[in-house]
Order: sequence, then C-alpha cells, then structure tokens
Amino acid sequence: MHRYIPHTEEEIKEMLKEIGINSIEDLYMDVPKTIEEYNLENGKDEFSVLKEIKSLSKLNKVFEPEKVFAGAGIYFHYIPTVVETLSNNQNFVTAYTPYQAEVSQGTLQALFEYQTMMCELTGMDVANSSMYDGATALAEAMLMAVRINNKTKILAAGSINPEFLATSKTYCTPQNIEIETVKWTESGTIDLEDLKSKIDDNTSAVVVGYPNFFGIVEDLKQIKEILPDNVVYIVVSEPIALSILEAPGKFGADIVVGEGQSLGITPNYGGPGIGFFTTLAKHVRKMPGRIIGETKDVDGKKGYVMILQTREQHIRRAKATSNICSNHALMALKNAIYMSVIGPEGLRKVARMSYNATHYLAEKLVEKGYNLTFNGPFFNEFVFNAGENYYEKWKTMANEGILGPLPLEKAMPNFKNSALACCTEVNTKESIDELLKHF
Amino acid sequence: MTIFEISKEGRIGFQLPDNNIKDFEINLPEHLLRKSLPRLPQVSEVDVVRHYTNLSTKNYSVDVGFYPLGSCTMKYNPKVNEKVASFEEFSMIHPFQPHETVQGALKLMYDLKEMLCEITGMDDMTLIPSAGAHGELTGMLISRAYHLSRGDTKRTKVIVPDSAHGTNPASARMAGFDVIELKSGPDGRVDLNELEKVLDETVAVIMLTNPNTLGLFEKDILKIAQMAHEKGALLYYDGANLNAILGRTRPGDMGFDIVHLNLHKTFSTPHGMGGPGSGPVGVKKHLAKFLPIPEIVKTEDKYTLNYNKPESIGFIRSYFGNFSVMVRAYTYIKTMGKDGLKRVGEMAVLNANYLRVKVSKIMDIAYPGICMHEFVSTCEKLTKETGVKALDIAKRLLDYGIHAPTMYFPLIVHEDFMIEPTETESKDTLDKFAQILEKIFNEARENPELIKGAPYNTPVRRLDDVSASRKPVFKYNFEE
Ligand SMILES: Cc1ncc(COP(=O)(O)O)c(C=O)c1O
Repeated sequence: MHRYIPHTEEEIKEMLKEIGINSIEDLYMDVPKTIEEYNLENGKDEFSVLKEIKSLSKLNKVFEPEKVFAGAGIYFHYIPTVVETLSNNQNFVTAYTPYQAEVSQGTLQALFEYQTMMCELTGMDVANSSMYDGATALAEAMLMAVRINNKTKILAAGSINPEFLATSKTYCTPQNIEIETVKWTESGTIDLEDLKSKIDDNTSAVVVGYPNFFGIVEDLKQIKEILPDNVVYIVVSEPIALSILEAPGKFGADIVVGEGQSLGITPNYGGPGIGFFTTLAKHVRKMPGRIIGETKDVDGKKGYVMILQTREQHIRRAKATSNICSNHALMALKNAIYMSVIGPEGLRKVARMSYNATHYLAEKLVEKGYNLTFNGPFFNEFVFNAGENYYEKWKTMANEGILGPLPLEKAMPNFKNSALACCTEVNTKESIDELLKHF
Repeated sequence: MTIFEISKEGRIGFQLPDNNIKDFEINLPEHLLRKSLPRLPQVSEVDVVRHYTNLSTKNYSVDVGFYPLGSCTMKYNPKVNEKVASFEEFSMIHPFQPHETVQGALKLMYDLKEMLCEITGMDDMTLIPSAGAHGELTGMLISRAYHLSRGDTKRTKVIVPDSAHGTNPASARMAGFDVIELKSGPDGRVDLNELEKVLDETVAVIMLTNPNTLGLFEKDILKIAQMAHEKGALLYYDGANLNAILGRTRPGDMGFDIVHLNLHKTFSTPHGMGGPGSGPVGVKKHLAKFLPIPEIVKTEDKYTLNYNKPESIGFIRSYFGNFSVMVRAYTYIKTMGKDGLKRVGEMAVLNANYLRVKVSKIMDIAYPGICMHEFVSTCEKLTKETGVKALDIAKRLLDYGIHAPTMYFPLIVHEDFMIEPTETESKDTLDKFAQILEKIFNEARENPELIKGAPYNTPVRRLDDVSASRKPVFKYNFEE
C-alpha cells in the first residue's frame, strides 16, 4: 500500500478479473523486462523525507535580502504576502492548460488580465501568456523577426545579457540565422556608427536592451531613427524599469521581451521565472506561444478562450510558429497578482526607490575613488572597477553575510576586476553603508 | 468582473517601507521618461484576495476531481512537495551566489540527475530544459551537433510517426531538420515496412514515444533501434509516457540514445495551469559532451558548475533550469523510492486497462487489446447515429463534475477520447466515470439536442472560439 495510490488488494483482484487476466504481469506482455528493480532507496514516510531534505537545504546560505547587491537578471524585491498565498491556491497550481475553457475560466481570465498588464507596461498591442524565461523569449523573438521579413541577419547590442545572447545563438544557428553583435560606446550605450555600418539588405532585426545588461538606458528614439522601415525592432526590457521609462511601444518597437521574475517571483536559484513576450497586432500571426482572448458564451455572457491556435504546434506541427507547449502560466499569474496588489503608483515607487539606492551606492563608490565603467544613464545596475582581486573579496564578503556586486569576469572575460552592482527597494541606507565598508 | 473594473483611482494594496535614501534626480533625456502610468489595477489587498480567490473557484483542477486527460498524466500532486519547494533555502537563493554557498542546491540537482539516469538507463543528463518541448529541442540540437561533429552533413531529416505529439515535429523543425511523417500501421504501431522505406543515410533521428500516444507499446522497439543504428541514425525517446514503464524497462535498455522526461507528468510536479514544467534530457555516453551548459560537477564532495565544454550545444536558457520544479521531483522520488515507482507503473497500467474494459461497453476502443497507461476510444458510431460529437460529450462530462479526456488527438483517430486515469485514482472513481459516460450516451440517443447544448452547470456555457480567433480581443478594453 502507498499513501498516494489508493488500490486495496481486494480491488486489484476485482480489476484483474474484470480485465480478464490473472496477474499484473499479464499487462506487460509486449514489454521487455529489462530491470528487476532500480538502484535507488526504498520510499520513505513524509517525516523522514522532510527531515532529510531540510538538512540538505541547510547547506545553502540565504542572504538577508537587503544585503544582496547582485542582480544580472534575477532580482530581490519585496513580494507582498498575498502573492504567494493566492498563487498557491491549488485550484490554480494543479490545473493544466485550459483545454476545457468552460471549467478553466479562472486560469483564462487571470492570463487575459496578465496579458493586458504586460501590454500596458510595454506599450504594445498583444502579449502572449508567457515563455520559459527572458533568454528563450529573446531567442524566439529573433526567430519571429525572420518569419516577418525573411532576412537572416540579426544585429544585437553586445550589451545584452550574455546568457540571453548565448541562448539566442543556440536557437538561431541551426536555422542559418546569423547574430552579429554591435559595439557599445564609452557611455555603455549601443554604438550608433557601428550599428549603421552593419545594417544591410539582409538585416532582419536589431536588438537593444532597455536598460541593457550594464544597467544603462538606451535611447530608443535615436536608435529607431536610423533603422530602415522593414527592420524588426526588438527591445529587451526589465518590467520594473518600465514604470519610469517611457514604453518601448512609443518608440516604434516591434517586439518587446524580457524576464518577468522581478514582478513578484522569488529568485528560486534562477528558475522558474517567466519570459514575457509582446508585439504589435499586425505581427500576431507570426508570434510564438499561447494567447488568450475574450469571447462570449451561447447566452452572451463574457468568457475567455485560447485563440489563434492554428499557429501552434498541436495543429500546425512542423509548420508551427514555435514548439512551445507548456509555458510558465503559473508564473504569469504571480506577475498579475503582484501588479494588481502593487498598483501603478506602487510599481513606480519600487522603481524610484531602486533607482535612489543604486545611485546612492554609485555616488559613495565614486567618492571613495572607484571608477564607474560607463558614463551613460543607469537604472538599478551599474558596472564599476572593483579593484585587484575583487573575486576573492566578493567571496570574503559572502562569508560575512553580504552578496556583493557580481564579479563580471566570468560572464564577460574583458571585464577584469569589474563588478555589476545592483540595488532594489529592499536595500536600505544602512545595508549599503555596510557594503561600502568593504570598499 | 475583471480586476480593471474593480479598480478605483487612488486605492492601494501594498505599502513600501522607507529606505532612508534621498531622492536622486533622474538623469534621463526627457523623452525617455514615462509620461503616463501604466493602467494597472488600483485595488486594496482585500479586493485582490477576493478577485483571485473567486477566479480560482472557476477552475477545474486535480485537487477538485478526476482529470483523465490523456498524454498529460494529471496525477495527484503531493502537498509535501510544495512545502519543500517553499523552503527559504531553496526559494531565496540567487543563481550567482558563490558555489560554496549553494552546495545544497547543487547536490540536490546532482543527485536528481543521477536518480533520473538510473530510472531512464542513461549515462548523463541535463536538468536545464524547462518543459517537454524544450527538452525535445535540446535533444534535437544534440543530435545535430553529434552528426556534424563526425562530418556527417547529409543528415537533414527526422522521422516522426503520425501519432506523435505536435511538439515532436515542431521541435525537429526548430533544430533545422526536415520532418518525415511516418504512417502508423493498422495495429497503431510503427510499421516496419514504412520505416524501411524512409530510413536512409539522410535521416538524423527517429523520434518515438513508447508507449506511443495511442497507449500502445512499440513491441518491435529492439528491431527499430537496430534499424536506426545500422543506418547511423539516433533514436530519440519522448518520455512523456514514462509513467507506464516505471520499474520495468528503461529507454536506455531499449536502445534509445536520447530521452527527455516531463517532470511535471511522471514525477508529479503540478502542471500550474500549463507551466512551469521541466524537461530533463538524458543521453548515452557518446553524446554527453554535447549536453548544454552549465553542467554540474562533483569533485571530492564539492559541487561546482562547469561552463567550459567546447563541444556543448551551448546555452538553451538562462541559469540552470526550473530549480523549484526539480526540488518537487526530487522530493517525489525520495518519497516513492524504487518500490513506490514500480507500483506507480503497475497501477497506472492496471487503471487504464480496467477503465478500457469498462468504457469498451459504451464506446469503441480504437485499438483493442491490452493498453499501457492510456487508451484511445472513439464515438464515431454515436456521431453517425445522432450527430453528437466527441466535443459534445466532453462538454456534458463537465456538467457532471468531471474533466473531459483529451479529444481529437492523436490526429489519426476520429471523434476520439484519449483517456489516462493515472495510478492515483481509485476503482470507485473509475466506476463512477464509466457510469456517467454511459448515462451521457443514453441521453445522447434519447435527446441529442440536450448533449449538443452542454454544458449547463459551468461558470460559463459553451464559448464561441471561432469568432474569438476571427476578431481577436487580446486585452481589456479600458474605454468600454
Ligand atoms: C507525448 C508528449 N510529448 C511532449 C509533450 C510536450 O511537453 P511540454 O508541454 O512540457 O512542452 C507532451 C505534453 O504536452 C506530450 O504529451
């Protein structure tokens, strides 16, 4: 007997009889038996499992959120308690893809509202109901650009999150799509001259960060001005920043993507987060992923269903816009609950506090004689020269309970002794002052 | 009501503390400053709680009742898994913490990988892919890298049976391959003669699900593996149906070179309204060097991440995959153990066959005989007789408080239901399902219009998805 498996011996006998066989063994007549048993332990009771995993978990060190100064795509923010409480509702958690819309209105409406909120943030017409993460969202945005104009060269700012770029390369190479990176200037923004010189007739899309991986805010207007009409303009953004930055939609973006973890999702050692994906209505049939739309039932009552499914793999198979099936819907729900509870003013305050904390840290570091690597405008992250042996210092700080600015060298070998610092609204003046003692 | 209609200008749902830092001037060009705030809801905490709680009551879930969605393995999701995943030591760690500070996470991932290798009979594995389809893409990219590494550039095709899940051909295509659709034989299995015809030196991979999506075991699998390997092709296993063979046979032992698993199916991590999932990919030794980065390395009791794998296919997403989903699967395997997992397979197959026999008295079974963890039935006769379609019956099932099975898949059976009860359902539940199904069939014969008008008792009635796609409404209209 097992606690998740309800069968009694008596029932098993009755069931075998109904099937007309003598033993369980008879069910496997087509199946070669290749193992007697796995080389694994036997199953355990709940108490023992909890005890064992609790002690394993203790091998991880949890930093006080206000003492975390690392971002690089995953951010510590305050998460209102209701986000966890409501999204842990098992009617959401243990439901599947809303194949039966009439009994999935909870999922469908929540995702429709999520789509609306993402359109509001990005200034775009349509959002899908999620991608795996920011990196795969960007990779799929590039594939979509090629579907839009049939050209095969993508120009991406070298200042895009390196893991996003690497993932995009993995997705694009087999389809013979070439990604060429564009230089950055001393201010950390995309080098417009270099961009101009690289645009040619085969250019499908241009990709920029807003803010980029260095935290620098690109001038989306200036970039748009030099793009030929048929080049797809892809913006990778950070959703919290979009409460103080003008929406990319206002500058003619065709596709806006990014990582949505900062909207109410715990860091989870990097996953799951959520990739958001938004675009213009005119491109919607080229878009990957699942889209929820509003409709009516036979009584004229408002309801929600999955729409434009003829783009999707279960219908189009090899000709689908993407292979994505399971997405990150539960994470989209968390995003929606977070945005609902925090509201527009709240979101702007989160952004403002993050901005202030980051600029306070930068100002103090400069006072101490450290150099910021770039002089462009930044939001909640910046790169600075942290001095010789910063990697060792970083580890020492970790021992003292501070997750300091990230040494950049590993991700970007040209940045020797540089660090990427990040603050959000959770970092206080006291915690920043404590960090500064190490510099 | 939408959350936007509940919204009132000026209401708030959360307060932020003061971080004691002065306001800095925002030094951005004027045109980059946002003029108007996004129209997010302005609601109080209690508004938010009521809104989402009310929405949750309009959802059907495994915790509510029977969810026999074929191919999706909607088994019960143990609550202890959720508790473990919420441990702060798992949920509040940053992906770029020094390795010394995340030894628990790295060890958990390493051990999970080892356990899954044992369960699949594979030599190495990556946990990074974030869903089944993502695993398929990863597997296809590994195949591509493998053939290219041997200078074998002519392998441009992937063979996929017509009964396969739609993600299979889509993933092969995304990895740059042309897809050859293989017609199933009259017994619902791979037709070896058809296979012979298309299998040549231009084939890179054969993609199979075994048991296949008709719930049938490919009994010629050893022969198929031999045919593939003789021609230099790789054999890929879509592990979405692993539940059926747990404790009995392993893809690696059957001759598969690559396998992906759906942790959110076999290993009982919740489907979360359609995600997040997790789709680890296991490979035989000769393919290990192509696995994506980073890989988890164990050195004398210390765990680290290695990014330096020159022949790797590279990054397939950011960070290390859906860690918190892995925590749930790890907890599940520890709970079930080798004895429990074997029992899962046996009871999943027993339940499917028991229900098949019960259902066969009501509907035709597309491929009669012993099935594995799921089976496909068809109501084509009833449709001819009464005009009532599988879709109508599905909607009527909702009225009786049961989630409908998968419909119209696989594409090769008409007016079909693909039914997968899973091992966590009791005989009583299966009996009740069969009873209700029979009742609906009787209703259909007596009063077909009744069934065609279903559902009646659901939060909304039958929805118009045709005009929803024809004139799509993507977002809330604030002007309304
Ligand atoms: C047989 C089969 N293969 C692949 C998949 C794809 O998995 P996912 O939805 O996690 O991408 C599924 C489930 O949807 C499936 O049933």
